[in-house]
Amino acid sequence: MQEISLNILDAVQNSIKAGALLIQIEINEAITQNRLTVCVTDNGCGMNAEQLNAVTDPFFTTRKTRKVGLGVPFFKMAAEMTGGSFDIHSELGVGTKLCAEFVYDNIDRMPLGSMEDTVGLLIQCNPGVDFVYKHIYENKSYVLDTREIKKVLEGVPIEHVEVVLYLKNVITENDNDIKS
Amino acid sequence: MKSLAELQALRDKVKGTVGIRDGEEGKIRIVVGMATCGIAAGARPVLSAFTEEIAKRSLHHVAVTQTGCIGICQYEPVVEVHEAGKEKVTYVKMTPDKVAKIVAEHIVNGNPVTEYTIGSIK
Repeated sequence: MQEISLNILDAVQNSIKAGALLIQIEINEAITQNRLTVCVTDNGCGMNAEQLNAVTDPFFTTRKTRKVGLGVPFFKMAAEMTGGSFDIHSELGVGTKLCAEFVYDNIDRMPLGSMEDTVGLLIQCNPGVDFVYKHIYENKSYVLDTREIKKVLEGVPIEHVEVVLYLKNVITENDNDIKS
Repeated sequence: MKSLAELQALRDKVKGTVGIRDGEEGKIRIVVGMATCGIAAGARPVLSAFTEEIAKRSLHHVAVTQTGCIGICQYEPVVEVHEAGKEKVTYVKMTPDKVAKIVAEHIVNGNPVTEYTIGSIK
């Protein structure tokens, strides 16, 4: 993975597999503290203690097609490579929260990349799931909540290509806005 | 900043076009593999390219969605095209620049691009 946004896309796939109906993605670029933190919180089925212990093991996976599960280990490695940290908390029947902390100016810190492509894709491919995307940059932030969007859409499918392209633009504009 | 009014206007515009499709006939589903292998191999820009082509051509009967690990990780990005009454077509080693041709020849004109399919690689 070359971008943090791709690691996020991958992590959220796990939340979707876990049956989550509400997934929160929070990105906090705290430049003055030299940290970029990503947290993905879901209300999926969660993991028991054994699974939680094994989730960062590349040879642990719940899929049947292959013997490796590399997504979480890769994300952990990406964060720790910069001198940062990685945490997962989970409770069976409640959900899971994953946090990856990157040291912002470390040479090995991969770019955040295109969050509009990641969030846009998630909304388009999972219309039955609600996403709350929050992006903080220093002291500016914005939130995109699909529950609010769906209210305004009054039944128009959120996965309609024109709506998806519109939402991607909203994210791009807001991203530029908070960084200016 | 994009405004609420813009979203409302988009909603009203789309409301006019949604519902023209009836039933499952003629519906085409484009399914892009989005497991770790797919994402690492470049599936996200492939899906984005399909979305843009479909929007460009206003193909209301086509839906783009994702799937998990298909089991042929070395051939990722993988794209399956599902159409009622027709055999599933599996495209492998997909890139964004192959998308326009597939939409034009296969999705619109009904002729799968065999050179991009799994049958041609194996």
